[in-house]
Amino acid sequence: MSYQICDADKTKFGRYGGRFVPEILMQPILEVTEAYERLSKSKEFRANLEGLLKNFAGRPTPLYHAKNLSKELGRKIYLKREDLVHGGAHKLNNTLGQALVAKQMGKTRLIAETGAGQHGVATAIVGANLGFETQVYMGEVDIERQKMNVYRMELLGAEVIPVRSGSRTLKDAINEAFRDWAASFEHTYYLFGTAAGPHPYPSMVRDFQSVIGLEAHKQIMEEEGRLPDCIAACVGGGSNAMGIFAPFLKDNVRLIAVEAGGRGLGRTDKTADNGASLGCGTDGVLHGALTKILQDPFGQILESYSLAAGLDYPGVGPELAFLKETGRVLPKMADDKTALQGFRQLSRLEGIIPALESAHAVGYALQEPEALGELAIINISGRGDKDLATVMEYETL
Amino acid sequence: MRLSEAFQAKPLLIVYICAGDPSPAATPDLVKRLARAGADIIELGLPHSDPVADGPTIQAAAQRAIAAGMNTDVYFLVASEADVDIPKVFMGYYNMIFARGLDKFAADCARSGISGMIVPDLPPEEAGPLHEACLRHGVDLVFLAAPNTPPARLEMIQKETSGFLYLVARAGVTGARSDILQDTRDLIARVPDGVPKAVGFGISTPEQAAEVIRAGADAVIVGSACVDLIARGEIERLEQLVREMKAAIKAAKKSKAPIVC
Repeated sequence: MSYQICDADKTKFGRYGGRFVPEILMQPILEVTEAYERLSKSKEFRANLEGLLKNFAGRPTPLYHAKNLSKELGRKIYLKREDLVHGGAHKLNNTLGQALVAKQMGKTRLIAETGAGQHGVATAIVGANLGFETQVYMGEVDIERQKMNVYRMELLGAEVIPVRSGSRTLKDAINEAFRDWAASFEHTYYLFGTAAGPHPYPSMVRDFQSVIGLEAHKQIMEEEGRLPDCIAACVGGGSNAMGIFAPFLKDNVRLIAVEAGGRGLGRTDKTADNGASLGCGTDGVLHGALTKILQDPFGQILESYSLAAGLDYPGVGPELAFLKETGRVLPKMADDKTALQGFRQLSRLEGIIPALESAHAVGYALQEPEALGELAIINISGRGDKDLATVMEYETL
Repeated sequence: MRLSEAFQAKPLLIVYICAGDPSPAATPDLVKRLARAGADIIELGLPHSDPVADGPTIQAAAQRAIAAGMNTDVYFLVASEADVDIPKVFMGYYNMIFARGLDKFAADCARSGISGMIVPDLPPEEAGPLHEACLRHGVDLVFLAAPNTPPARLEMIQKETSGFLYLVARAGVTGARSDILQDTRDLIARVPDGVPKAVGFGISTPEQAAEVIRAGADAVIVGSACVDLIARGEIERLEQLVREMKAAIKAAKKSKAPIVC
């Protein structure tokens, strides 16, 4: 929560970002902005959050020297172990922060969107722990491929609302959550899961997730006495990537954003075979922000594709779009096969089953080890238990 | 016709339809029939894949229209063909305008007889570049205000809007509702008389339309109720609804005159 790179009006990163939302949502969004700005300066709020991160979420997470993977790749690789955060992914860093904001704002109900289900689970966890009624919008396609997480959310007391519109994935779950919020804002807080959406979400989510990078910065200095040459993180909307990148932006560290290459670069009128909006997208407005998106020439949003539900999104956070444009962040791709290779290799070599999302970063490292330099950190944003059914099914195809 | 001219003859009935639903070929005739039935302004929607301000009725219409081949090129052809002597207004999401290029989009509006633009996901704060393009091509840019818009912001929006001010009747998305809320009346009352104000979102019956006019609105916008009838292929009932709504708001306007006792 120490870093900022915004315009004077703070709603944009270069030309990216902003608040492209219906008027009915402007006031709720301005109220969230005001509350967040006030609370992020409050010592009491930060102490409260730090306490929960330590004692409830299990932070700090280790920065683990992956000796076997290092040997395989011929360079020193550390893994930032966000898979060990309570709930199984980095998502709780953000939901704890925002739920405390919601509490301070006097809201009683949380709504969230979820793709892989990890943000939904993390929202359900804070809903249960901090006493909110919780409803999670999830596309029907994602419900099918992430049944375990649906059950976890329900077990935690949240209601999962199936989304049947559009591509029935993360993009449409976000649309439905915004529609809900447009009618429910008086008592409801929209707990957005990634560093995208209208301002202040990209900044707020980055700030709450930057605990990943702040810890890693300190840990690598303790272990190695120097900063890494490279950090690689997977990118869907970009919350784990911005979380680990943000505290290194001013350092001489190569930052690689690994997007979902899916089935390849193919496209139809309505669909893209990947989720690589940063690498393959063009400027456009989606979910309240000007950013890089996958769209047709008329501005219709394409349905993205990835084996990893959490990367199956046709947009990306506006700050990453800005950092790509300035050359600070390098967008790369790992396709389904490469991700599966990363999934298996990390399991075999290190005894760590990564989330399919995180496996994209691992797979990229296996394919392009020289891009990592001599010393690198890979962000393992989540654990892979949720993906076993998906991988088993893929292997029988 | 400019929107300001149309607002000389209050009260007005503004009818929304989704261009291309059920087919691009059907839209020009539909516009003409609505004009004949008494619509004063046609709000012609350009379907978007992700209509975040719309409820299920208009979402479904957008999907049908896109499946039927509607896109921005076809939209302007259809709009030109829908040659009526009442104003037509574009209604659509900002990314569709951004993708075409703001200047080109505004120029295409002017060329195809579209007098104004309503862009529900574009607040005045983000509208600077489109506003300039609209000024260059003589197209009005209509902004929206909602029941939860605070006073200072409402004043800003009133200053920025051109053509008229679109008052969102209630929280939530588009779609038919059964009642008119106190929120709606309060919002209408908060806007000074000099500002032409049209009320939309949730208005589906002649009774509701009349109530909104009695509460001080200059125009009523009806969308989902019409789109629903188009979806069911009931075009004659649609014309009937438009006639009834027009009659209801005219009668409401007369009855609004202060009673001296």
